[in-house]
Amino acid sequence: MRQRAPLLLISSGLALAVIALPVLAGLAGTVLPAFGYLPALGGRTLSLEPFHDLLATPGLNDSIRLSLVTGLAAALISLGLAGAFTAAAAGTPVFERMRRLLAPLLAIPHAAAAFAFAFLIVPSGLILRFLSPWATGLQRPPDVLIVGDPAGLSLIAGLVLKETPFLILLILAALPQMPVARSRQLAASLGYGRMTGFVFLQWQPLYRQIRLGVLAVIAFSSSVIDVALILGPNLPAPLSVRLAQWMVDPDLSLRFTASAGAILQLAVTLAAILLWVGLERVGATILGVMRERGLRLARDRIPRAVAIGLPVATASFLIAGFLALFLWCCAGFWPFPDTLPQDWTLRSWRTAWPRLGGPLATTLIAAFASAFIGMVLVVLRLATRPVGRPASVLSQGVMWLPLLLPQVGFLFGLQFLAIRTGTDGSYAALILSHLIFVLPYLMITMQDAWAAFDPRYERVATALGASRLRAFFRVRLPMMMNALLAAFAIGFAVSVGQYLSTVLIGAGRLPTLTTEAVALAAGDNRRTIAVYALLQTLPPLILFAIAAILPALLWRNRRAMAA
Amino acid sequence: MTVGKAWLSTALFLVGLVANLNPALAENKAPSVTDWPAIEEAAKGQTVQWNAWGGAENINAYIDWVGDRMEALYGVSVNHVRLSDTAEAVSRVIAEKAAGRIDDGSVDLIWINGENFVAMKERGLLETPGWATALPNWEYVDVEGKPTVVTDFTVATDGLESPWGMAKLTFWHDTARTAAADLPASAKEIAAWLKDNPGRFTYPAPPDFVGSTFLKQLLAETAPKDIDLSQPATDETFPAATKAMFAMLDEMRPNLWRSGQRHPENYPAMKALLADGEIDILFAFNPGEASSGIAAGELPETVRPLPFPGGTLGNSHFVAVPFNAANREGALLLANFLISPEAQIRKENPEIWGDPTVLDVASLPEDDRKAFGALPLGVATPSPAETGPVLVEPHGSWQDRLEAEWEKRYVVGG
Repeated sequence: MRQRAPLLLISSGLALAVIALPVLAGLAGTVLPAFGYLPALGGRTLSLEPFHDLLATPGLNDSIRLSLVTGLAAALISLGLAGAFTAAAAGTPVFERMRRLLAPLLAIPHAAAAFAFAFLIVPSGLILRFLSPWATGLQRPPDVLIVGDPAGLSLIAGLVLKETPFLILLILAALPQMPVARSRQLAASLGYGRMTGFVFLQWQPLYRQIRLGVLAVIAFSSSVIDVALILGPNLPAPLSVRLAQWMVDPDLSLRFTASAGAILQLAVTLAAILLWVGLERVGATILGVMRERGLRLARDRIPRAVAIGLPVATASFLIAGFLALFLWCCAGFWPFPDTLPQDWTLRSWRTAWPRLGGPLATTLIAAFASAFIGMVLVVLRLATRPVGRPASVLSQGVMWLPLLLPQVGFLFGLQFLAIRTGTDGSYAALILSHLIFVLPYLMITMQDAWAAFDPRYERVATALGASRLRAFFRVRLPMMMNALLAAFAIGFAVSVGQYLSTVLIGAGRLPTLTTEAVALAAGDNRRTIAVYALLQTLPPLILFAIAAILPALLWRNRRAMAA
Repeated sequence: MTVGKAWLSTALFLVGLVANLNPALAENKAPSVTDWPAIEEAAKGQTVQWNAWGGAENINAYIDWVGDRMEALYGVSVNHVRLSDTAEAVSRVIAEKAAGRIDDGSVDLIWINGENFVAMKERGLLETPGWATALPNWEYVDVEGKPTVVTDFTVATDGLESPWGMAKLTFWHDTARTAAADLPASAKEIAAWLKDNPGRFTYPAPPDFVGSTFLKQLLAETAPKDIDLSQPATDETFPAATKAMFAMLDEMRPNLWRSGQRHPENYPAMKALLADGEIDILFAFNPGEASSGIAAGELPETVRPLPFPGGTLGNSHFVAVPFNAANREGALLLANFLISPEAQIRKENPEIWGDPTVLDVASLPEDDRKAFGALPLGVATPSPAETGPVLVEPHGSWQDRLEAEWEKRYVVGG
């Protein structure tokens, strides 16, 4: 594979093109209307009017502040939890067990996790039902604003629940390349506590490896829509939520304002990232000072227990939230403060069932198609890339682009394009729009596994007379089955969780379980929401289970492979 | 810039096309509304994209049933595009007109009324006038007894939309927790009552239609008598008419549920709040709402209507066909089926939905009349006397201004 035939070049570039072209076209399609140019709506000259209109919007500053604070706070808390956990647990068996616990959490769509969290913490939620009236004396739920608080605290907490496992898994992937055991011994021999030793010796190189992931968390949290619709404040809502509402307003001039707002959202996310870079400097300085002072904190049993306990607690919180969803999905009349429903019924499932078929089918079709196409593109890319050469900065940049840009920034423009070409509401456009987000995750998951594969297996096969193609299909792919399945499951879950792209590109005609569930958030019918949230979580979980179990079954007679 | 220029000229061409589109020309290729057999023939196999608010489960289930019946009767499929705000569908049609999609629009039928109807009517986005009154089942519609079936928020419908159901703002309370005598008997009494019962009342945030209706109810009760609300609002009349109303809302605000920092998104969200005892008063635009809520296990069986002797707002809701509907014939068949006795009887049943009929029951064939008579009223459905007289909706322009002013006052500060 030294010589690169045009065909190979094309196939290796295809994955990048499928990400870059729609994103760039979408950006252009957003920028032009932001400056007043959208002939279809009568805007034929460039002007700053959309920005004037935008800045005159009531409550805009609050919306911006919310987006900014949410992005930074969610990233800071998630990274703090994930980092402290790693410092306390790296190199211990707890770490490996955590992986098993966290991987399925990654499969849970954001919207479903947000609902589960809300069902737990609202004043009439499961926690207070369990505590009332015996402990609290409450006969009616307290009149306090928890979900949807103006400061966005519930929104931040809900995001932390999902982003902490994400960051821990990123760390888990990066950690094998670091000398964890040796540096631990070194630190211990010099009298440093386990956590301090880890932070001083390993944190900075580790952080460099997961840095893009952290920035992606900031970008996502500062521009999220579905979670914000469920947990965020609404008077006013975060910036991205208001933009999405303007995009569907009958007042057409608001499309221009929405596009200008998307540019503002890009700036807000960029500002959040720049602030974060400043925070990184501050953190590094503090770390340096602590190191200079020779801070050892040798006795760190209690901090260690807390650092391990907190992520476990957040995971348990999510699981408890799903218990609440299970109770509500089959609840008859269930007034506060009853701990359990007065009676049980399948009525919610029966009424929802006839309407579930379409969205379920769309969800599965889009998820299977985008994960499968994405898989093919990523394997094509990895297989045709020159061996041993690290991925270029450009290709890494392209890969992370959709995760580092706020979705409204390019999806608005993509919707304009889709309407113009008459492809809105088609499966092809929907799958392509999902691919933009599925591909990066597939690539991130696959490229390390691909590089870690021992090339000598294929070499032996070709030496024994197999063609390179045969060696690829009969040796490499089967031996990488674990990684392929795991990546497929992640791609599948990413597609299932897509909200904004499905709403805009699906044009309301291709509803999925996710868009239906989020649409229900407004109605606040707890029983129906529970049905949809559970059903939305089921397909990705099943795929994750298959990805975990299938290799063990396939390789039951290959001891070295089963691990 | 050549690409941009090509784009520009295409757009100009298409916009021109739309502007020059002759309604008579459009009618030539499609069967006329009066030629019913031709419509049934053309509709066969079509899938009607019905854009309808999807926030209530009982209504969604009813729409599913309609789809099954359409399939059985005419071989027409119905796809319910669920909206959280009808404006979404209106904006889609506007965007399509702007983009030059003049005959294969993605919206075939919209559940609509009020300011959304006015917006579409003014922009010429609807199927030719008079189609609604040409529907075969129109003969049963109670135009005399229910004048709002042809006047939508004081604007004449001109047969551009077909009525589907009647609405009357209705208030309820849970008799197990509160006595009606201790509760307000009109919207303007709520502010004073809230002072002693903080947190026990809320309303959906406008522009939710029930939230906006609550504002209009308060407006109708508090506006000076010399201002005619059926006339379009002006810069002079609006502040004068709404001064007392907003003073009352200001007074209410600190004592609202969650101190007014959050509002329920719509009326179904208030049902859960009443069931848990978070609030004491529930209201909806449909007198049968509480009865069907009890049947669904969402509300306690002790919920009963709260009389408002001064009367409450009432109106009709409709379906309309956009000018560019791709499945126009199927949509017309559907609109006709919706005002059939079969569909209206099922809709008025409180165990299904409980939405009052637009038909003149007395004019129906005997079997249908009996079926209407046999419908249970529902334990929590008020008699007309209990909700008081019907207050007429103000002109649509009031609603837009009310919503804008409400947002300015209560969204800005956060």
